[in-house]
Amino acid sequence: MASIRFDKVQKYFGRGEKRTHALANIDLEIRDREFLAIVGPSGCGKTTCLRLVAGFEAASEGAVSVAGKRVTEPGPDRAVVFQQFALFPWKTARGNIDLGLRNKRMGGEERAKRIADVLKLMNLDSHADAFPHQLSGGMQQRVAIARAYVLDPEVLLMDEPFGALDAQTRVVMQEELVRLARVRPRTVLFITHAVEEAVYLADRVAVMTRRPGTIKEIVDVKSMREAEDWNRFERIEDVMDLDSFVHLRTRIWKSLREEKDS
Amino acid sequence: MESGRIKTGFVMGPKLSRSDALGLGGLGLAGFLGLWGALSFFGIVPVEFLPSPFAVGSRFIDLFAEPFAGFTLPQHLGSSLLRYLYGVLLAACIGIPLGLAMGWFHLLDDIVTPIFNGLRFIAPIAWVPFAALWFGTGIGGPILIIFAGAFPPCLINAYRGARFVEPRLVEAARMLGTNHGRMLTEILLPASVPSIVAGLRVAAGLGWQSLVGAELIVASAGVGFMMVQAQASVQTTTVMAGMVAIGLTGLAIDVALRQGERWLHNRLGLD
Ligand SMILES: Nc1ncnc2c1ncn2[C@@H]1O[C@H](COP(=O)(O)OP(=O)(O)OP(=O)(O)O)[C@@H](O)[C@H]1O
Ligand SMILES: [Mg+2]
Repeated sequence: MASIRFDKVQKYFGRGEKRTHALANIDLEIRDREFLAIVGPSGCGKTTCLRLVAGFEAASEGAVSVAGKRVTEPGPDRAVVFQQFALFPWKTARGNIDLGLRNKRMGGEERAKRIADVLKLMNLDSHADAFPHQLSGGMQQRVAIARAYVLDPEVLLMDEPFGALDAQTRVVMQEELVRLARVRPRTVLFITHAVEEAVYLADRVAVMTRRPGTIKEIVDVKSMREAEDWNRFERIEDVMDLDSFVHLRTRIWKSLREEKDS
Repeated sequence: MESGRIKTGFVMGPKLSRSDALGLGGLGLAGFLGLWGALSFFGIVPVEFLPSPFAVGSRFIDLFAEPFAGFTLPQHLGSSLLRYLYGVLLAACIGIPLGLAMGWFHLLDDIVTPIFNGLRFIAPIAWVPFAALWFGTGIGGPILIIFAGAFPPCLINAYRGARFVEPRLVEAARMLGTNHGRMLTEILLPASVPSIVAGLRVAAGLGWQSLVGAELIVASAGVGFMMVQAQASVQTTTVMAGMVAIGLTGLAIDVALRQGERWLHNRLGLD
């Protein structure tokens, strides 16, 4: 059971005059094996939410816990995929993926097997020995996702992982992620600006208010996806044409627009 | 002078080609040698104080075959270079790991920085009396003095490299469960390579500049030792030949390290 819980979380940055109130009273549970996307206006605190779960920041008040354990520091049970990839430029794709396994003191044979598996899963076979700067943006992000998945983490944290990719690569990666989520379901916290992406990928979509950010509403996508059987389509554009998809997307858009206009 | 930098300052006329620039440099050198030659040739400065460029040049060449103070010039240079190498290597071996560690462990930074900042303003030459007391005329003295010159840039650049590594790379490593030792060797060290190499180049220069000071307290061999011996017997030509040797060797070291730095940048895909 690897759920993520936000318990009345407040987050302030700085002190005194310059103090910003980033998050206000976030109360949220992401269930075991659930894919939850957060959308919200720019600067509302989405990244901050994710960094709290990752253990890069500490809550000012309240608590964040994963699998019932309070988060105090970063760790491989909560793998992060960054928007700017954050691959180590001096390590090959394989070297990047291997670091987390070596940190777990895993034996050489087991590591080789796991790396081969994940390279295949991410269609990276032929790029294992390339350095990041020799790879396209899409390929680099595959390596970053492989680096996270290979650890078999309880939860996966993704902060606009496709934000730096061009439109076509982005679509391919979205489809891959859906495929991945079916093969190896994990508890996922996914942050994005793109409402369509959120509806396509997530089981539930949380909409945040402007700063100080709080959860405005949570839209259930999963029951619609199952009722309308979105999964029968391979391609994202076919799903996006469905009335049920358009309905949910419009609803979230409106909710978001209220925030931007107010 | 520095290639590959944005230049500021007044420029007259169109940009010079490389060969034209070299020609101007040659003209400057010729002017310098001419002025120097004129000063000694016309007896404006007595020859005992300022021998002619020609005399210094031929003395420089003679010293390759004819021993002075026991050894030929290449032999003196050889023992100087060996001391120099020990001093700079020691500075790198202590300065780089310590700098990286200070960049990572803030507690260590807080403990070491005040001491380091105090010691760093003692010029290498100011270590001479202390080194003489400690080591007498042994090899330890000169090494300590060269070390004093080369150590600060090694430490400071490794420290900066570690401190200013991209935060998201550190976060990625922490999220992967990287321990402190591996963080230093596999993340901070490779991330700091450009800064460390630049530091080594400065260290190599400062170490070489400390050499003559270091060899004031040497009793056997070395370019500095040779020059001190020559000074004692008022052989200005030999003193100046030693200066030429030091200048040319320093230049050669710098050129070699610049090439090395460029090669490394290419290898790492920087620039
Ligand atoms: N380390 C920090 N120090 C000070 N203020 C910060 C820090 N990190 C974030 N903030 C502030 O907190 C607020 C929320 O930031 P956050 O990055 O979480 O927003 P976001 O929703 O991810 O924005 P975006 O959509 O632009 O990515 C912003 O106003 C930001 O300026
Ligand atoms: Mg953000």
